[in-house]
Amino acid sequence: MTPGLLEAPPERGPVTHRPNGPVPPPPPPTGGGDGPEREPWPRRPALDNLRLAVLFLIGSESMFFAALIAGLFVLRLGQPLWPPPFQPRLPVGVTGVNTLVLLASSVTMVGAVRALVRGEENLLVKRLVAAAGLGALFLVVQGYEWARLIGYGLTVSGGAYGATFYTLIGAHAAHVFGALVWLGATLVLASRGRFRHGRTAPVKACAMFWHFVVGLWPILYVAVYLL
Amino acid sequence: MSATGATAHAHVGHAGHHELGFIRTYIFSTDHKMIARQFLFMGLFMMIIGGLLALVVRWELAWPETAVPGLSMILTETGGILEPSQYNMAFTMHATIMIFFVIMPILAGAFGNFCIPLMIGARDMAFPVLNMLSFWVGALAGVLMLAGFFVPGGHAAAGWTSYAPLSAVPEYTGVKWGQNLWCISLFVLGISSMMGAINYITTIINMRAPGMKLFRMPLVIWSLFITAILLLLALPVLTSGVAMLLFDRTLGTSWFKPSGGGEPLLWQHLFWYFGHPEVYILILPAMGIASEILPVFCRKPIFGYHAMAFSMIAIAFLSWVVYGHHMFVSGMSPALGMAFTVTTMIIAVPSAIKTFNWLGTLWGARIRFTVPMLNALAFVSMFVIGGLSGIFMASTPVDIYIQDTYFIVAHIHYVVFGGSIFGAFAAIYYWFPKMFGRMTNTVLGHLHFWPTFVFFNLTFFPMHIIGVGGQMRRIYNPMQYEFLQHQQHWNVFITVSAFCLGLGQIPFVVNFFWSLFAGKKAPLNPWNSNTLEWTAPSPPPHLNWGPTLPMVYRGPYEYSSPESRDDWLPQTAPPVTAAGARRH
Ligand code: HEM
Ligand SMILES: [Cu+2]
Repeated sequence: MTPGLLEAPPERGPVTHRPNGPVPPPPPPTGGGDGPEREPWPRRPALDNLRLAVLFLIGSESMFFAALIAGLFVLRLGQPLWPPPFQPRLPVGVTGVNTLVLLASSVTMVGAVRALVRGEENLLVKRLVAAAGLGALFLVVQGYEWARLIGYGLTVSGGAYGATFYTLIGAHAAHVFGALVWLGATLVLASRGRFRHGRTAPVKACAMFWHFVVGLWPILYVAVYLL
Repeated sequence: MSATGATAHAHVGHAGHHELGFIRTYIFSTDHKMIARQFLFMGLFMMIIGGLLALVVRWELAWPETAVPGLSMILTETGGILEPSQYNMAFTMHATIMIFFVIMPILAGAFGNFCIPLMIGARDMAFPVLNMLSFWVGALAGVLMLAGFFVPGGHAAAGWTSYAPLSAVPEYTGVKWGQNLWCISLFVLGISSMMGAINYITTIINMRAPGMKLFRMPLVIWSLFITAILLLLALPVLTSGVAMLLFDRTLGTSWFKPSGGGEPLLWQHLFWYFGHPEVYILILPAMGIASEILPVFCRKPIFGYHAMAFSMIAIAFLSWVVYGHHMFVSGMSPALGMAFTVTTMIIAVPSAIKTFNWLGTLWGARIRFTVPMLNALAFVSMFVIGGLSGIFMASTPVDIYIQDTYFIVAHIHYVVFGGSIFGAFAAIYYWFPKMFGRMTNTVLGHLHFWPTFVFFNLTFFPMHIIGVGGQMRRIYNPMQYEFLQHQQHWNVFITVSAFCLGLGQIPFVVNFFWSLFAGKKAPLNPWNSNTLEWTAPSPPPHLNWGPTLPMVYRGPYEYSSPESRDDWLPQTAPPVTAAGARRH
């Protein structure tokens, strides 16, 4: 063995397996050379970035509300009577009607997205206005009921009943308000014709969040008002 | 599709032409690499504050009720002697800062931002503006947290776990705005982390370069992906918990106050439901970093790539069903305690799989003991010690004895310092050349690593001993208890070691800033790594890649592959004989 003399590496057949698994097959042809047609990503993602992000936002928000609802159940199971005696009763009837108002806004939202897909811009704007109007009506009625409840003596500091009611319903109202702001911005952009030529994702993303906020409400209604 | 391609091109073409101003480049930047640097600086700055608080705590434990050197300027009335309430504040804020404002910003914030687009071959995050907001909202949370030190009544002092009702009733501790700011800050941080997590997940799912299949992603990207999912789902539970706590303190609700029909245990459930996933948020990125660095300096493929990815997924699932192990003594039915013991022991299995895979990677390798590698090895070995002490505590009968003692403190620090912080140091030394375009100094790196490693162990290992000896956590003066007096020499020993550990960080600071300005210019790929970030210039320009995205042909760990004469084979290297490889 003469040191310093480099041996040529032995001939080897093509490699099919490596310690970390089989050799991957060569990638699919990309339509020519190494040029720009390789970009972007040849596979179309199943869901665009915006809607994917809203999906995860909804996941996160669900955990937030799940914690609040779990808290409500823990507190009420610790009480002998629920609602506790000498506390005002919640307005089940009015709020039930209000629930329908909110659900209706979701229906108009579905209609809005349909109009968007068909490219009927005027209809889109009209239906978005309707959805926003119904959402705002819901908030106004809620606010009115809150004011009345406070008048009847249901306060945040008066014990577990008021505390849970105002925290949960307030958290939801804040979300409706946020969704309404988002919807308003979408509405302005829609009326300026920003969603033409298949640029539909922003409206669809907004609609997803709207449906989430609406869909959450019946759960809260049952948990807080009915049970 | 072609339309997006065209705009991306126009974008790349333009980037060179008009320069962004100072503010858009360095402050309100939307470039993921700049945001990563911002998170890094924020984390390192907060680490200094958190570290100094730890030294204050240690001084008090070794020499109780004596003047802490340097504190006489701040605590003028007592001449530098801590009061019990101030001691409580010091340990509370030490832990809060280290967990939420050091490890999370550095591991998830800085390295998440830096690695994800570069290592999957994207130009930036999916939502660059959201990314910028995430940093600035996080920075706001940091400012709010620091502001608590300056309000009358002092900062939060109920422990980083802020158990109610101690934390829920201001009269119990005399802390008013401190605890409120603690709640508000963590609420704001929750928003920041949600924005970051959504961005990370969307980017990883949708923005991978051509050929970057899920199972060709580097393990650090897997770990950050899973971390982001945990952040996304765990942080909101804390967010609602701190909101309830804040309402209890300010609006007079009674979520956690028994006097108004509330339930103090509810806080513990909410906190630990978040808290256990949180500890995996702290460790998973470090696991990913170690999985990245070990193969590079072993020049071997990672052992069990798929097992590594799946064990992280398993950890993420299991971390939701073990949280009760923090509440064994809070009052729980023995059957439930048994269930939590079992699930906790099960979660050690995927952790062990990972450990054995790291050992398998090291086995028979000709290891290059560079500074990042030393830190990664420290991570592996210290995590083993911390994981083992965790299994002790998972067993209810043992835990009833050692809960709330220094044994727990030892466990925490073996996993969080020994694990996450060594992981963070490894990542800083490893990616510094790419991040800042300059090499760090090796001599200073060794001068930092060895004292840190030695004094880390000298500081935290004896805590197991005094913990089993009965020393409780969060006590102001161990000498008050007769049964603890005989082991006070250990407290002195630990404190001296802790101060040496603190001094051991000076070479790091010197190294960091010296290298930043005067370090050797970094080549493209100083460690001969396979992953994509090393194909971009050091530091990578805005939008990372030239006119075309990198094309990925293989997994990230093909070191010493027979297919190549070099001992590395970048992910972008096309198969040697494409047709031949397919035929056989
Ligand atoms: C094998 C894995 C692990 C097991 C079996 C385990 C088990 C446990 C148990 C049973 C406790 C509660 C002890 C008590 O309070 O009585 C605990 C506390 C803790 N663990 Fe772990 N652990 C593991 C890994 C980790 C990791 C990876 C981290 C962080 C990166 C971590 C961080 C913590 C912290 C911070 C606490 C203390 C919380 C507090 O009370 O302040 N653990 N661990
Ligand atoms: Cu835990």
